[in-house]
Amino acid sequence: MSVSETNATRPAAKPLTNVKKSLYFHVGLIGVLFLLQFILPAYHHGNLARIMVLASYAMGYNILFGYTGLLSLGHAMFFAAGMYGMGLPMAHLGWTPEPALVAGFVAGIVVSASIGFLALRTSGVSFMIVTLMFAQAGFLTILYFGEWTRGDEGFVIQQAERVMAGFDLSQPANRYNAALILFSLCLIFTLKLVHSRFGRVMIAIRENEERTQMLGYDVHFHKWMAVIMSGTMAALAGAAYALLFGYAGATFASVQYSIFPLLWVLLGGAGTALGPFIGTLFMFYLIDLSSSFTTAYMLIAGLALVLLTLFLPQGLVGELRRRVMPWLT
Amino acid sequence: MTKPHISTSSVSRHFGGLIAVDQVDFAVPRGEIRAIIGPNGAGKSTFVGMLCGRIPVSSGKIMFNGKDVTVLPAHKRIRQGIAYTFQITSIYGRLSLKDNVRLSTSWRWGSDEAALENSIDEALSRVGLEDRMDQMAGDLSYGHQRLLEIAMGISQHPQLLILDEPTQGLADSEIADFVTLIRELGGDMTILLIEHNMNVVMDTADQITVLNLGKVLATGTPDEIRANREVQIAYLGETHA
Amino acid sequence: MELAPYLILGSIEGLVTAAVLALMAVGLSLVFGVMRVVNVAHGEFFMLGAVLAWFVADMIGGHPAISFIAALFIAPMLVGSLAIVADTTILKRINYDPERTIVATIGLLYIIQQVTLMTYGSNARPVEPPFNQRISIPWFEWTESGLSMYWPWGLGTTTYKLAVIGFAIILLLAIWLLMTRTRIGLIMRATQLDRDVAQAYGINVDRVYAMVFGLGAGLAALAAVLIVPIQQAHYLMGHDPLLLSFIVVIIGGLGSLAGTVVAAVLIGLSDGLISVFFTPTLAKIIATLIVTFVLIFRPSGLLGKHRP
Repeated sequence: MSVSETNATRPAAKPLTNVKKSLYFHVGLIGVLFLLQFILPAYHHGNLARIMVLASYAMGYNILFGYTGLLSLGHAMFFAAGMYGMGLPMAHLGWTPEPALVAGFVAGIVVSASIGFLALRTSGVSFMIVTLMFAQAGFLTILYFGEWTRGDEGFVIQQAERVMAGFDLSQPANRYNAALILFSLCLIFTLKLVHSRFGRVMIAIRENEERTQMLGYDVHFHKWMAVIMSGTMAALAGAAYALLFGYAGATFASVQYSIFPLLWVLLGGAGTALGPFIGTLFMFYLIDLSSSFTTAYMLIAGLALVLLTLFLPQGLVGELRRRVMPWLT
Repeated sequence: MTKPHISTSSVSRHFGGLIAVDQVDFAVPRGEIRAIIGPNGAGKSTFVGMLCGRIPVSSGKIMFNGKDVTVLPAHKRIRQGIAYTFQITSIYGRLSLKDNVRLSTSWRWGSDEAALENSIDEALSRVGLEDRMDQMAGDLSYGHQRLLEIAMGISQHPQLLILDEPTQGLADSEIADFVTLIRELGGDMTILLIEHNMNVVMDTADQITVLNLGKVLATGTPDEIRANREVQIAYLGETHA
Repeated sequence: MELAPYLILGSIEGLVTAAVLALMAVGLSLVFGVMRVVNVAHGEFFMLGAVLAWFVADMIGGHPAISFIAALFIAPMLVGSLAIVADTTILKRINYDPERTIVATIGLLYIIQQVTLMTYGSNARPVEPPFNQRISIPWFEWTESGLSMYWPWGLGTTTYKLAVIGFAIILLLAIWLLMTRTRIGLIMRATQLDRDVAQAYGINVDRVYAMVFGLGAGLAALAAVLIVPIQQAHYLMGHDPLLLSFIVVIIGGLGSLAGTVVAAVLIGLSDGLISVFFTPTLAKIIATLIVTFVLIFRPSGLLGKHRP
């Protein structure tokens, strides 16, 4: 499985040094993010924590869209599965964060495995519509059970309940580092995945599905696993979001939250490990800055989507890779 | 009598009302080079598509290595030793040649990276593309892409190699190399060759099966086929007119 | 109180929904059929139709019938033109790539929605119907003195609602004639069958695409003008009709006009009827799931034919 181990036993070939280069680069980034917490002003410190959680969501999306080539319009359902899978037991059963987080994780696996199993019977545009529809049904279900979920209004997870392993996660420094841990785990997982044999097959499916099948790979199984990994990562981000920011609401299950990761990944660069983070960061501050002179921040998102499809189909990191850093993964 | 390596019994395929392949019985012994020829629309691609599992059969049975593989999904047949190259070049244009071949052979080698690297080198050398290993496959000329496609087939060390019109778009010198390559491979593996170029067929095939309108019209050695009147009318007459 | 009168009422409401839905979905289906792209901004073209109808009615004033008829012409024309601009500046440039088109039209959706919010605001505003007489529907019941007729409270409809149904039927017939009996229809069908061949025969495919996209959007706008005297114009009103017309187009078989109309009646009626029994949310959940499963297990639609 591990590429770096086999790398040590044989003379370094070019692609493998690229793997190392890319690994160092991303580990360096994690280091920079760790150091940033000591110099950032409180406002941006808080923003960055939020961005790292949302970027984890986007990284989950990227596994399916960027690396496997499957465009889902229903990832909010996975994000919400984690959010409510964790939030509901805490709010109604008095669970502590540790088992609740596990519940969110399991909810992510169960929902993505079953939705993936059904949705993968279709492909292309049908896959997009089916995932959109399932997510819509999920969103409506959350509204329907408003008695427990409190619907659109949502529910707050009290500060006293958000203490995990002795750390108060509502406290900014703890929150930042918890977000950074999640972010790092997702980033390293993505890197390991795309350099593994399994990941290479995922990319092969993206590039040419029929060929991959005829080279002896179980395409359907790989796609299903990609949905599960992608959905579960999204669910973890959803659970973390509720835990760190103390709130769960139906908005996070709405179509908008399915569109966001697509937007972030496209903007940053689909099929690049760093793209989701750059896209989320860029979009967050674009909206943050523009909201000082307009309330219609979705206008910015809309314009960004149109301009992206027209002029920057590879995204920011994609362009960077094409021009400057071909070894980026 | 030895068991055939691959065989079909009354295999058919319908597309809606159209009968593309009609109750074909077919058998190839191990190690033979068998050409499948026939006019356009004779059902050749559909037929081999069913052999390798790309296209499900409407009825009939397919045996490979003495086992019934009729309902086995394509990827499992490939792992049992069938390799297939596409009629319309189907490679990974945005990956390097090396990665293309790596994908086609990596599952055979477990964690033995060195053996994997060797087998990649070997397959690319066999078609003369070893110097271009790190190029993007999409940047290759059409002829070279066809050769890469063949290299991907060979790299699997299949027992049965199915080549769907491999020489289409190749230059004459490349065709000559290809004929040599097929002859070399012939000893190691069974080869099914769909081919329009009659010279290639006559130079390489041990036996020829002629399909017409989804049915087997004749099977025999190149000389027998050349002498067969029915074939001349249905096929050769048409192209040499 | 008996159930049956409510079923009648539900059916009439359902037919009004079906009429509007059919127009809108035929527009979506036309675009999908000919251009092979999914227009996610279709609901916003619908919304724009309603909002523009309000602007027109507001500007012209006078008798409701005059301003309404003006809106009936002006709003679809404006929306259609906007769609043509979007087609030539965006969709054509990305070569109608199916996935990129979805992303781009999602962008368009947000742009239209937010620009409407910034100009028209977040209020829901009504347009006065050109005529609106109330019709009570009588009901019969067995009493001791035999069969007697009575007017249950609340059981009634308006002439305008009936007119919407009638007008939609006329429009749908007109579209059917356009597609089957005219040269333009022939050109569109030829382009649908094979874009390259059509081009080889000298058909200007770019122009056909722009026209179809404009026509599709215009139909959505027209549907909205018809519904706005009943429903009020609001900047978020495009969302539900978009989902419903997706549902209709999918069940009807992607790209098939006749199937789309049948599915619209089916969905419209069942939407009206289901909401008699269930809360609207549950009705929506059930409808959404049914459609999803149709797409998964019968990809060519419930009414569509299997393509070879």
